[in-house]
Amino acid sequence: MEAIILQILNGLDKGSAYALIALGLTLIFGTLGVVNFAHGALFMIGAFCAVTLSRILTLSRTVVDETQTDFLGNPLEVQVPYVYDWFGQATGDAIIDWAVPLSILFAIPVMMLIGVIMERGLIKHFYNRPHADQILVTFGLAIVLQEIIKFYYGANPIPTPAPDAFRGSFDFGAMLGLDPNVVIYPYWRIIYFAFAAVIIGAVFAFLQFTTFGMVVRAGMADRETVQLLGINIDRRFTIMFGLAAAVAGLAGVMYTPINSPNYHMGMDFLVLSFVVVVVGGMGSLPGAVLAGFLLGILESFASMREVLEVLPGINQIIIYLVAIIILLTRPRGLMGRKGVMED
Amino acid sequence: MSKTDLTRRGLLKTSAIAGAGVALPTIFTASSAAAFTNEPTGDTVTLGFNVPQSGPYADEGADELRAYELAVEHLNGGGDGGMMNTFSSNALQGNGILGKKVEYVTGDTQTKADAARASAKSMIEKDGAVMVTGGSSSGVAVAVQALCQEAGIIFMAGLTHSNDTTGKDRKANGFRHFFNSYMSGAALAPVLAANYGTDRKAYHLTADYNWGYTTEEAVRASTEAMGWETVAAVKTPLTQTDFSSYIAPVLQSGADVLVLNHYGGNMVNSLTNAVQFGLREKQVNGKNFEIVVPLYSRLMAKGAGANVKGIFGSTNWHWSLQDEGSKAFVKSFGTKYGFPPSQAAHTCYVQAMLYADAVERAGSFNPCAVGEALEGFEFDGMGNGKTLYRAEDHQCFKDVLVVRGKENPESEFDLLEIVEVTPVDQVTYAPDHPQMGGAEATLGECNPGA
Amino acid sequence: MLGLDKKDFRLLLIVIAITLLAPFILNPFPENSGMAQFNAGYPDLMQRFVIYGIFAIGFNILFGLTGYLSFGHAAFLGVGSYAAIWMMKLVTLNVIPAIILGVIIAGLFALAVGYISLRRSGIYFSILTLAFAQMSYALAYSVLTPITGGETGLQIKSTDSPLLSNLEPGEIGRANLFGMDMRAGFDLSFGDWLFTINAGYYIAAVFMIIAFYLSIRIFRSPFGTMLRAVKSNQTRMYYTGLNARPYTLAAFVISGMYAGLAGGLLVAMDTQAGPERMFWTASGEVVLMTILGGAGTLIGPVLGSGAIKYMENILSKINKDILHEWFAFMPDGLEDFVITIVYPFIGKGWHLTLGLIFMAVVIFLPGGLVEGGQRIGRLLRGKKANPDDEKATQSTPAE
Repeated sequence: MEAIILQILNGLDKGSAYALIALGLTLIFGTLGVVNFAHGALFMIGAFCAVTLSRILTLSRTVVDETQTDFLGNPLEVQVPYVYDWFGQATGDAIIDWAVPLSILFAIPVMMLIGVIMERGLIKHFYNRPHADQILVTFGLAIVLQEIIKFYYGANPIPTPAPDAFRGSFDFGAMLGLDPNVVIYPYWRIIYFAFAAVIIGAVFAFLQFTTFGMVVRAGMADRETVQLLGINIDRRFTIMFGLAAAVAGLAGVMYTPINSPNYHMGMDFLVLSFVVVVVGGMGSLPGAVLAGFLLGILESFASMREVLEVLPGINQIIIYLVAIIILLTRPRGLMGRKGVMED
Repeated sequence: MSKTDLTRRGLLKTSAIAGAGVALPTIFTASSAAAFTNEPTGDTVTLGFNVPQSGPYADEGADELRAYELAVEHLNGGGDGGMMNTFSSNALQGNGILGKKVEYVTGDTQTKADAARASAKSMIEKDGAVMVTGGSSSGVAVAVQALCQEAGIIFMAGLTHSNDTTGKDRKANGFRHFFNSYMSGAALAPVLAANYGTDRKAYHLTADYNWGYTTEEAVRASTEAMGWETVAAVKTPLTQTDFSSYIAPVLQSGADVLVLNHYGGNMVNSLTNAVQFGLREKQVNGKNFEIVVPLYSRLMAKGAGANVKGIFGSTNWHWSLQDEGSKAFVKSFGTKYGFPPSQAAHTCYVQAMLYADAVERAGSFNPCAVGEALEGFEFDGMGNGKTLYRAEDHQCFKDVLVVRGKENPESEFDLLEIVEVTPVDQVTYAPDHPQMGGAEATLGECNPGA
Repeated sequence: MLGLDKKDFRLLLIVIAITLLAPFILNPFPENSGMAQFNAGYPDLMQRFVIYGIFAIGFNILFGLTGYLSFGHAAFLGVGSYAAIWMMKLVTLNVIPAIILGVIIAGLFALAVGYISLRRSGIYFSILTLAFAQMSYALAYSVLTPITGGETGLQIKSTDSPLLSNLEPGEIGRANLFGMDMRAGFDLSFGDWLFTINAGYYIAAVFMIIAFYLSIRIFRSPFGTMLRAVKSNQTRMYYTGLNARPYTLAAFVISGMYAGLAGGLLVAMDTQAGPERMFWTASGEVVLMTILGGAGTLIGPVLGSGAIKYMENILSKINKDILHEWFAFMPDGLEDFVITIVYPFIGKGWHLTLGLIFMAVVIFLPGGLVEGGQRIGRLLRGKKANPDDEKATQSTPAE
C-alpha cells in the first residue's frame, strides 16, 4: 500500500514535467499547426534561466586573501558577491538562496520574448510548409540553441539547489495517517506538482474564460472563418507561442532543483514529450495532460523491484509499450481529433 | 597557410616518389613499404587523441585533450616537463619520441562506439596515427581497442573502468592505466567496514549496461566478503534522468546502505535524488543510513553540488595527492590552464608518457616492440606510487584512492578528500579471475599490421 | 537502356562515374597543403558515404514516395548489423552471406513492425515506429546483453572460429570476399596528390549502385506510381477500390531491407555492431539526411547523407592548432580574432554548424540540396531552364 502511494506520488511528479512540456507542444501545434522539435530546447533554456540568474546574483568582485593559498600555492583569490556589498551578508545569502524561485519572475519575460522572436523570425515562414520542413528547421534550431548553451556553460550538469527551507523531505505518509517514516517525500517535488497543477489550470482557465482564449480556441478550430470575421488571429497566435514557450521555460526553471540542468536535457525530454502528445491525441490539450500523468505513473510502477523481478527490463520499454498499445486500441490516442496530422 | 604536421602520406611524398615528379603514377602498396602500420619515416610522429567532444562527457573529454596537449608539449621539450622529471624511467629526453617531433590529431568519440571507431579509423587511415588514445567510457574503449588490434596499432585506453576492458575483452595491442571495478570494490570494502561496520544491509541501484554489471558484481563480492548482506539490486536504464521511483522504495526495503553503481549524469541525478528523499537523515536498523558511490569523478561530483558531502567512493587519482609526481603534474597543468586536472586528465597524460617512454626503451614504434616494453614494466613517480603494467592482461596495478565528499570545501575544485590510499596488494587479483573473464580471456597475439 | 529512359540512364551513369571515381574526387587537395584537412578520400569515410547513402535511398522509397515518415528506421539497420556479425562469428567470414542474412532479418523485422505500425497514419505512424526502435535500442543495451554485447557491442574475437573458416588458433578473423580482405588496397600517387584505392569501398560502392538502380526502377514502376497515389490522396484510392496497405507495407519492407543491407555492409567494412546504431538520434539522422538532400528525389538522399557524414568526420577533427596553422599568415591580433570567430563552429562545435546548415538549407532551399544544385545549374545555363530537367530529378516536393 505504502509502496503504491509512493509510486503514485512519483508518477504524478514525473507526469508534471511531461504534462507541462506536452501542454506547450500541443498549444503550438494546435494553434499554429507547427511540429516544434525545438520545444525540448525551450525547456532547457528555461532551466538555464535559473542558472543564469543565480550566476548574476553571485556576480562577485575578487579580493586577494594573502593569508590563504590556492592549489598552486599562490595567494587565494576570494570572490565576494556584490549582493553582499549592497544588502549585507545575511540578506545577500538569502537572496542567493532563493535564486530558483526568483528565476520564475526572470524566466517569464525572457521565455515570452524568446518565443515571440522564434515565431516571428522563423516559425512564421513555415506555416504552409510540409511538416518535414518544420521538423528539419526546428530540429536545426534545437541543435543551435543547445550548442550555444554548451559553449557558455559547458557540458557538465550544474547544481542549482532549492532554497534551504525547501530542501529535504517530510513524512507525507504520517500526514495521511499512515505509519510514520515510510512514505517520505521531498518538499520540492510536492511543490513541483502543485506548481504544475496551477500552471495547467491557469492555461485552461485562460483559454476557457477569457475573450482572448475564446478567439484562440475559435482560431484553432477554424482559422479562416475567424480571420474573415476581421480578427487578427496571427497576432494572437504569436502570443500563444510566447505563452507556450513560457510554460516550457517555467517547467524547466522549477525542474532545476530536482535534477541539475545540463545542455542536453531538452533532447532527453523531446522524444518522450512527443510520445506523450501523441498518446494524448494530437491537438487535444486535456489529452496531453492526461497522457503525461498516465505515462509518468506507469513508468514509476514499472520501476518497482517487485515488477522487475517478474518482467526484467520492463522499466526500459514501458512508455513505448504503453504508447503502442494505446495507439493500436485508440486510433487517435486518448483524446485526439479526427483528421489532425493523420496524413 | 602552411601546414606543418606531416602525415604518413605527406612523408611518403617526400621520399622517393616526390623526386619522380609530375604526372607519372607510381603504384605501390603501403604495406610493402613499411614494417608495421603507419611507420613514421619522417622527422615527426603522429598520435591520435580520440576523446568525447560532444555529448554528456564533453567536459571530461575537453580535460583529457588538455592533458594530451600538455603531454605533447612536455615530450617535445616545452613547458616545465611535468611528470617527466619525476618519472622513474629516464628514457625520455624532451626531444620528441626517438628524436621525432610529436604531432597529434584530435577526434570526437561522441561517447558512441560507432562514432569513436569512425574517428579512430580516420586517424589511422587518413592521418597515419601510430597510436590512438583517449575516451571516457568502457563501450568506446572496448570498441576502439578491438579496432586498434585489427589495424595493428597501439591503443592506450583513457578513462574506462569496466572490468571487461582488460578482462574478457582484453587485447594484445591495448593497454589500460585506469583502475577498474574490481579494484574499486576491493579498495572500498575495508574502508566501508571500518566506518559503517560489518553488519550492514545494502541496496544496489545499478546502471543497466556492462560497466554497471561489473561494478555491482565487484562491490557486492567484496562487501559480502566483509559480512554485508545485499538486500536487493535494481537495474536502472541508462537514459533515466529522474531516479525518484527507484529511490523512494529503498527505505522500506530494510536496507541501511544505498550503493549507486552509476556514472556521469546518472550518478549526479541518482545521488541528488537520494539526498532529496532525505535518506541520509534516516535511521534504519538503529544505524545511520549511508550512501556509497563506487566510482567518483570530480568533474561529475561538481554537478551534484553539496550532495556529495560525506559520501564514500573510489577514484584513480586526485589532485590533492602530495607525492612529487602529482605535485609536478598539478603545477604544470594548473599553470597552463588555471585549474587543477581531473583524474581523466591524469590518466591520459600518464598514458601518453608511458607510450612515449616505451617507444624510447624499445627503440622502435613497432607495436609489438612497444607492447613488449610495456609488459611487466614497473615504474614510479607518475602520481600513483609504484605501478606495474601487468603482462598477462595489460592492466596497471597501483594504489587505489578511497575518497569522501568534503564537508567544507575551500574551493570549487576541493570537493573530495582522500580517506585512504589502499595499497596495491589489496586490489591485485589473478589474471584469470572469474570477474575478468576467467581462464578463457586471452590477449591474443600482438598485431603490427602490415 | 536497362529499362530506364534516357534521363534516368544519364543520372545512373553520373552516379556510377562519381562513385567509381570517388577516391579521386574526394581528395582534391594535395597531401601537404593546408587544405588537405578537407580531403575525405580515405576508405572508412568513403565506405560510410555509400553505406549511409544506401540507408537514405531506402528510407526515401518509403518517405519520399508514400509520405509515411518512419522515425524508427535505425532499428532495421541495427538488427541487420547484429544478424551480419553473428553470421561472421559463427558461420563464415565471407561478407556475402553475412550481408544477405542482414537483409533478410531486417526485412522480417520490418514486416512485423510495418504490419503493426501501418494500421495508423501520419504522426501516429511515426510514433509507433519510434516506439519499436526505442524498445529495440533499450533492450539491446541492457537485458539482451548476452546476444547483443550490450554497451560494448559485438566484435570478432580471437576465440571466435566460424564453421567455414580455417583460422589458426588465436587468429582474429577478418571480413573477406572469397578470400579478399576488405582492407586490401593500394595507394596511387600523382605528384603531390595521393589516392587510396580500397577493396571494401568498391564492394560497398557496387552495392550502392545496384541499390540506386533498383530505386530508380521502383520510382518509375507502376508500383511506384501507386505509392505516390498513397501520398497524394489515400481516400480516393480507397474509393476506387484499391487497398493501399499492401503497397505501403511492401514499401516499408523494401526500405527496411535497404536499411538491413546498410547494416550488413557496415559490419562487413568494420566488424563491429553496437546498440547506439538504433537510438532515436540515428533514426532522426536518416530523416534529416533525406530532407536535407531533397525528399522524393532520386539523388537527394545520397547527397544529404554525404553532407552529414562529411561534417561529422571532417569538421569535428579540426582543432585549434590547425586553425593557428591556417591563419598563421595573418598579423597576430587579427589571427587571434579570426580564430576566436571560427573556433566555435569547428571541432567540438561541429554540431552547431550542422544545426545552422539544417536551418539554412530548409529556409533558403526548400527542396533540399538537390534544389540548390538545380539553381546553380539554371544559373550556369542562363535563364532558359529546361522544365524536363527538373522532372528528371525532382518528382514531387517533400511532404
